[in-house]
Amino acid sequence: MLSYLIQRLFGACLVIFGVVSIVFLLIHLVPGDPVDTMLGESASGADRAALRTALGLDQPVAAQYLDYLGGLLQLDLGRSIHQRQPVLDLLLERLPATGLLALATLCVTVLLALPLGIVAAIRRNTVWDSAAMSFSLLGVSIPNFWLGPLLILVFALWLGWFPVSGQGGPAAVVLPALTLGTGLIAVLSRMVRSSMLEVLHEDYLRTARAKGMPPARVILHHALRNALLPVITLLGLQLGALLAGAVITETVFSWPGIGLLMIESIQSRDYPVVQACVLLISVCYVVVNLLTDLAYAWVDPRIRLGAHA
Amino acid sequence: MRVRLPLLIVVVWALTALCAHWLPLAPNRIQLEHILDPPGLHAVLGYDDLGRDIGARLAVGARTSFLVSLWVVGLSLLFGTLLGTATAYHGGWWDRVAVQVVDIFLAFPGILLAIALAGLLGPGLDNVVIALTTVGWVGYARLARAQVLSLKHREHVQAAEALGSRRWRIMRRHLLPLMAAPLIVEATFGVAAVVVAEAGLSFLGLGVQPPAASWGAMIRDGTRYLLVAPHMVLAPGMAMLAVVLAVNLLGDRLRDRLDIRLTNDTGLRE
Repeated sequence: MLSYLIQRLFGACLVIFGVVSIVFLLIHLVPGDPVDTMLGESASGADRAALRTALGLDQPVAAQYLDYLGGLLQLDLGRSIHQRQPVLDLLLERLPATGLLALATLCVTVLLALPLGIVAAIRRNTVWDSAAMSFSLLGVSIPNFWLGPLLILVFALWLGWFPVSGQGGPAAVVLPALTLGTGLIAVLSRMVRSSMLEVLHEDYLRTARAKGMPPARVILHHALRNALLPVITLLGLQLGALLAGAVITETVFSWPGIGLLMIESIQSRDYPVVQACVLLISVCYVVVNLLTDLAYAWVDPRIRLGAHA
Repeated sequence: MRVRLPLLIVVVWALTALCAHWLPLAPNRIQLEHILDPPGLHAVLGYDDLGRDIGARLAVGARTSFLVSLWVVGLSLLFGTLLGTATAYHGGWWDRVAVQVVDIFLAFPGILLAIALAGLLGPGLDNVVIALTTVGWVGYARLARAQVLSLKHREHVQAAEALGSRRWRIMRRHLLPLMAAPLIVEATFGVAAVVVAEAGLSFLGLGVQPPAASWGAMIRDGTRYLLVAPHMVLAPGMAMLAVVLAVNLLGDRLRDRLDIRLTNDTGLRE
């Protein structure tokens, strides 16, 4: 287990280092002078020189890179060009909104995907099954930026159940969470279904039924628990990907999180903020994936003990 | 029967895209008297917020999404396959570096890197192609590597090596033909992913420039008039969903036909 742990941690560090390097390179890959793009063509020479010095662009690339790495180690992500405050403050200001959205999406996903998958598995090859699976096929294919407006149209404008956008009260999170979660619900309910189908024929379920246990208890206590391991892994792996989807979903609903901050910064050409957003989301993704892998290894004795063999 | 409808949709999409230039369409003609008009006799799909025919813009948008997905999938397939095949066949140090690079690119979730790249490069279709290819090649490289690793110890490859064939020739004549089937299936799913990704970038304002049409940009324009003109959002969304579903279904059929198990997709999928 220990050697597996060290190996995975080392691998993750290497990947994070690579991600940091690519994010650093992003600003240097842009053809032309980033200062020109940021300030526009009408800026004076003195302004350009000032911004160039502020961003450290007047130094050799290697020196800039070391500076950037050194700053990151002290959690210094640079200063926003337009907002005139440290990028870290901007991120911290927006983080709670994205966190709330992710949490709500997770709840919606679990609440919808589990019943959907369980029903599809128990009522296999019936109308229930095919309805659940058609819904899931549709859910994978429908993009966030179309589903969002559709949900707004039906549930906010026609039915008036939820607010259109923004953060007015707890009801406001429902539509964004549904939009962001639909893809995940689709994938997860399929996983629950196939995982349940594998478990349903086990002997211990027959035993539980034979001793007269109520069917609902058999399903929830004996079948579901054993079917959950691959489901939880998938959930963990997809959770990080959720953050990338949040960029589009937050734009649709004007939800003031990290994703919207990134799009706003792209529009105002505030490159340090764009870099920081990409870095934050990607590092979250890597860390969540790593934790999922480790949790899986810890739960599954075949991996936990396999390292010794 | 289950192949015919998806095939029809894809053929209509491709033909519309290829012929959009010669069709008698006026996607940029502004008719102020028709602003936000719902579907009717004049225009089957209605008019948008500037009084432009949505049907015509849909056809031009089909061209955008078709060309972008063709370019992105073509380039990604080329680079990814070449890189994955060459490094995996060479093995050793090269292979280890390639795996590490692929891992780093896979560490960016979904189209996040493409959004950032397209944002920094500025709007425009060629930048969309560059951004999506930068993200897209990784999936093909990984698939090609896995294929080569399972193929390179087969007898026919060893025989070719023993006969003194050059590396390049072995890769081209003995490895690539056997790898083609899974790569083609992966590329089919890739087309659907790129259609969504291009529309997503255009939705964020990072794709085509305003007078040109893209399904994603049409949806974005429509969200401002949801209550008065829902057809502005519905038409492009339906078109995109139809194409994506059709391409995915064809990919499923193709995979079943060729009997392939794919481990993962290209990473472009939302």
